[in-house]
Parts: sequence; C-alpha cells; structure tokens
Amino acid sequence: MRKALLLAGLMSGISMFSVNSANAVEIEYWQYIYETRVNAMDQLIENFEAANPDITVKQVTFPYADYQTRIVAANMAGKGPDVMQLFYGWLDKFVAGGLLQPLPQDAFPHEQIESEFFPIVTAMSRDGEYYGLPTAVRSLALFYNKKLFEDAGLDPENPPQTLDELVAAGKAIAKFDDAGNMITEGMTLDMAGQDHQWWREVLVRQFGGVPYTDDYRKVTYDSPEGTEALEFYTNLQLEEKIGQAGFMDEGQAAFRAGKAGMTIDGTFRLGSFSQIEDFEWAVTELPANADGMRSNYSSYFANGIGAKVKGEELEASEKFLTYLTSPEAMSVWLDVVGELPARRAVALTDENTSNPIYGPFLKGLAYAHTTLFVDRAAQRQVAIDMVNRVLLNGQSPADSIKEAAADEQAIIDDAM
Amino acid sequence: MSLQVENTNGAASGRPKGGGFADRFSMHTKRLAWIWTFLALPVLFYSVIRFYPTLDAFRLSLTDWNLMRPPKFIGFENYTKLFADPDFWQVFKNTFAYLIFGTPISLFLSFTIAFFLDRVRFGHGFIRALYFMPFLTTAAAMAWVWRWFYQPAPIGLINDFLAYFGLPQQPFLRSTTQALPSIMVTAIWAGLGFQIIIFMAGLRAIPTTFYEAARIDGLGEWAILRRITLPLLKPTTVFLVVLSSIGFLRIFDQVYNMTTNDPGGPLGTTKPLVLMIYQSAFSSYQMGYAAAQTVVLFLILLVISLLQLWILRDKS
Repeated sequence: MRKALLLAGLMSGISMFSVNSANAVEIEYWQYIYETRVNAMDQLIENFEAANPDITVKQVTFPYADYQTRIVAANMAGKGPDVMQLFYGWLDKFVAGGLLQPLPQDAFPHEQIESEFFPIVTAMSRDGEYYGLPTAVRSLALFYNKKLFEDAGLDPENPPQTLDELVAAGKAIAKFDDAGNMITEGMTLDMAGQDHQWWREVLVRQFGGVPYTDDYRKVTYDSPEGTEALEFYTNLQLEEKIGQAGFMDEGQAAFRAGKAGMTIDGTFRLGSFSQIEDFEWAVTELPANADGMRSNYSSYFANGIGAKVKGEELEASEKFLTYLTSPEAMSVWLDVVGELPARRAVALTDENTSNPIYGPFLKGLAYAHTTLFVDRAAQRQVAIDMVNRVLLNGQSPADSIKEAAADEQAIIDDAM
Repeated sequence: MSLQVENTNGAASGRPKGGGFADRFSMHTKRLAWIWTFLALPVLFYSVIRFYPTLDAFRLSLTDWNLMRPPKFIGFENYTKLFADPDFWQVFKNTFAYLIFGTPISLFLSFTIAFFLDRVRFGHGFIRALYFMPFLTTAAAMAWVWRWFYQPAPIGLINDFLAYFGLPQQPFLRSTTQALPSIMVTAIWAGLGFQIIIFMAGLRAIPTTFYEAARIDGLGEWAILRRITLPLLKPTTVFLVVLSSIGFLRIFDQVYNMTTNDPGGPLGTTKPLVLMIYQSAFSSYQMGYAAAQTVVLFLILLVISLLQLWILRDKS
C-alpha cells in the first residue's frame, strides 16, 4: 500500500515535471502603468508569443510613483523582473546597484546598435557595455493653438520659427482683464513641466553656452551665456508678459483648456492633447535662435535584462528584447503610444517625416541632446528654484544661476 | 477573566490525564499564561511592524544605505550633513511654523465653536455634521480642491471673489510668504471637526450643578468660563494639544498634494520635515540620510510631547 502511494506520488511528480518542460519558459516583463503603454505591450507580447510558442511573457505593472522602488526592492529579495523598462536617467544607479546585466554582444552587436539607432542610445552604455535599448524615444516640440493664433491675427499655418517670433506671437496672443490679470497666456511658463529641459539643453546652447561637460559630471551653465538664457526665460514673464508661472496651475492644463497660445511639451503629451475637442492645435519644431541654431532634448525608457537572469530564462529574455527593439515592435509602439521609433530606418520614413505631428518631433531628434541625470527629481528642483528665485524673490539671474550651478554640482558629486 | 479560566479547563479536559499543563501549575500561573498567550499576538505584531523598524531606523541613520548596496557604517556623517544643510533649517523652521501657529489657532477655533455649538439647540446635529464632514474627507482630495481655490483669477475661486470686490489679487501658493499659511488653513479646517467633537464631549461631561451653583452665587459668564469650564476641561485640552501638535509636526498630505509640481515649494517655503524625509528616501534613495531625518523628527516629537505633558500636568 505504502509502496503504491509512493509510486503514485512519484508518477504525478514526473508528469508535472514533464508538463512544465513541455509548457514553456515564463519570463516577467515589468513596466509602469500608463494605459497606452500597457496596451501596446499586451499587443507586442501577443505577437511575440505567437512567434515563440515555447515562451510566455507575463506583464507586471506598477504605478509610476512606486515603480523604481519596486524594482530595487524586488532585486534585493531576488525576485526581480527578467526584462524591465527603465528610464535612461536611472542607469547609473541601476548599474551601480547590480540590477542589470550587460546586453550580450552576439545578440546585440555594438556597431549595429550605433549605426541603426539614434545616437542618443549611447546614454545606455557604460564602460563599453550596453545595458538596455529603447523601443521608442521622445523629443520636445512647440504645440500651438490654431484658434488663438487666428483670433490674434496670426497665421496658424506659419507658427514661430525663431525665438523672436515666439515672443512676438506670444505678445499678440496674451490677454489681460481690466485689472491687469492675465486671462490668456501667449505661452505657458512651467519649469516643473518640460521648460527645465528646454532651458538646459536648448536655450543655454542657443545663447552660446554649454550646460554641462560632455560626460555631464560638471555643471557649466554658470556663464554669461547661461545667465542670458535664464534672463530670456524669466523675462518672458517679467518683461514681455507673455506667460505667467503657475497660471492655471500647470502649463499643460492651461493649453488643454484653450487658455494658452503655445506650450513646449513632449511626444508623451500627444495622447492627452488628442482628446481636445474645443480647438485645433498643431505642432512645430522648437524655435531656432537668431543664427538659425536649433536644439532639443530627447529622453526614453529603455528595456534591460535583470542581473540575476540566467539559463533558459536569459535566452528567452534575449529573444524578447530582440523583438521589443525590432522594427515591427517600434511601429506598433508608434501607432498605439505615439512615441517615436528608436531606429532611424523605422522613424525616418517619408510617411513619418511628412506627418504634421510626428514630423517636427522627428526633426528634433536629429539635433537632440540627452541630459545624463543622476537624480532627475532633485536636478529638476534646482532648475525650478533657480527660476523662482528670480520671479518671486527678485534675485538677479546671475546670482541665481550661480546658486543653481553650485546646488546641482553638489547633487552630481554626491551621487558619484 | 472567569471566561478565560473556564477556557483553560475546557482545553485541558480533552487531554490525557496526569502531568498535564492543567495540573502542574497554580491557577494564578495558568491565568497569566493565558493572558500572555492572547497578548502575544499584538505584542509580536507590534514588535515586528512597529518597534523593530523604529529601532532599525537608528541603526540605518548611521549608514549610507541607498537600497542598492549593503549599508556601510559611516558614523554620524548623516547628522553632520543634515545640520550643515541650509535646506534642513528651512524645513525645520517650516515644521515649527505649522506647529506654533497651527495648534493654538485650531484649538482656539474648535473650542470657541464647541462652546457655542453646545448651546445651540436648533439644527445642532446638522451643524455638528457640517463641521465634522472635512474630517471624514480624504486629505488628498481636499487638498486638490483647495489648490484650485487658491489659483489666480480666471479659475481661482478666492481670487475671483477678491476681484469681484475690487481687491488686489493674491498669489497664495505662488508666494514664498503666503504659501505656508494658505496650506496651514486647510489643515486646520480639516482637523477642526474632530477637535470640536472632543471638546463638546468634554463640555458635556462637566456637571450642570457646578454652573447652577455658580449662577446662584452671581458669577458672570466670563468668570464661569475661566473658573469652571476651562479648568474642568483640562484633560480634554491636554489630549487635544498633544494630538494636534503631533499632527502638525507630521503634516504631509496637504503640503504634498497642494504643491506636487514643486513639492514643498515655492523655494522650499512650505516643506515640512516629513516631506523632506519622503523625498530623501523615495526620490533620491538616500535611505541612511532619510533615517537620520526620521530620528531627528522622532526626538522632536518626543521632546515636544513630554514638554507639553509637563507644562499641562495636574499641579494638585
């Protein structure tokens, strides 16, 4: 009796084992919750599983606010994801913490990455190794409200192309009530939104300055040129009065409500602005300076492989990552999420570049810079405070930029 | 208690006779054993969930833990860094501003309202419910409503109101001087309902015979308030002072939700200590540094609470 029981137990064990091996390798993919991204990923997983019946991919999502903490905590517990999405700016921290493994060079040869992807992906490489690759990239552009342009007597088909034209258009659109309170902004001023990127990587360069050294380890915007760039920005409120920080709480809210003529924002805003029904809006490249020089800020979420993944899970993860960075996946991502393909060949098709919405963003990618943040939130705070000191406390731009440079340098040094 | 003893017998009766737990120990010991068996669960739970992390925070505050690498002991470096950080002193000042203005104002208001509400018969329950309502509302939701109230003219209710009467616009949350009081007002308003209820319970507990006797002796309303109501309300007051102080020292929800774009801003003028801890820990991942800040907060809370208990102690 006892023998029979033992045998039965053994049999069931064996049969379970065989079912498991015949079934599939299961890998976990982690990303944060953002409806279109989750939907796009569901679609990609479905396609991938159809092509690879021996692999199942489980998508796990967390609210953005918790996402980083979850990855780090899961890694400590040894239960991290096989493939994960990470912001390029987290890379230093994640590599130092041993959360990621370098991408195998046979599956992802460096020459191929560097020739086929936009150059900004080099932000994912450390010490000669790539730690992740993006499906899609983001850049900035100038959104404008066609209706407000018309009302102000401006040509909605000819948006401003230089900073001077931007200020002129803003002045034409801005409206005030009898008491002098702003009721329509010419342009939103929201340092907590994308303006800090615009200032750092675009304005500083357009005024002849350099924001950081090439490795982004030394702050160099504390210069007469940088000061001029800051003065230009703060004067949009103080002198030109085309915008007002804090107007309608957030820049994007003011634009959505049709109370702002222009706003600088990223590709990721396309989804939310596409729900606007009260007016027509369009997109144009970020304005050039007087010499025609343009710049842009680009960022992305990359996909990397967890440090502890090995064996058949690693093999499956490699396959999945290859699919995520394939032209097919990029097209799906563009259609569903609206983010730009990270491969040049997929992005720069005639169809995409002539697209009135994607076109300006794609043009921006060609000359974009990618700030290597060590602590994005803290560095953004430095920029917010720098502008607030001028706007609220009346500090001189020169003094304020000096303080900001010292604060940001301390954050960078602390993290190194 | 007797029920537990019966339980003991019940449990023991099922067991084999002789040499069992039931026979070997005295009634007193058995009773103690049962008490501790029941107490063990909450004690264990609190040890694991509360006391261990609290004690561990002291240890972590002496390390450079950043979640990624194993913590390394660095002595008091976090504390010297904290005390040398001008941002910390700004935050320290803010935290005490919330406490020093928030607690007395909220207690004065809630006492005044409770005192007069106690005499209102018409619609008493309804008015009381109105005051209590904010306490039941989620702090985050309330903070967002207030955040929109405080906006500039086209959408801000308060500024629209000011404009209607031709009064100058106020920047409120966009000002380095007005932002903190603006946020504090909402926190006071949110906690008012609870304090009113407690004060009213305290007022009701004072025997009416005292008042009758005082009135027969010809004491005025003011004297009655000063000589009878306030002294007899002291236990309630002490309770509320301590509770409200701890609440203001730990203020977070209102500040965070009203300033999400520039947390604790503008220029850090509304940032309380708890928000600084949150940012150090979950935005910059400096767990050791954040732990040092929690230790400082803990000590502040401890000293303030002990001080209040000592000042407001029963001198008789």
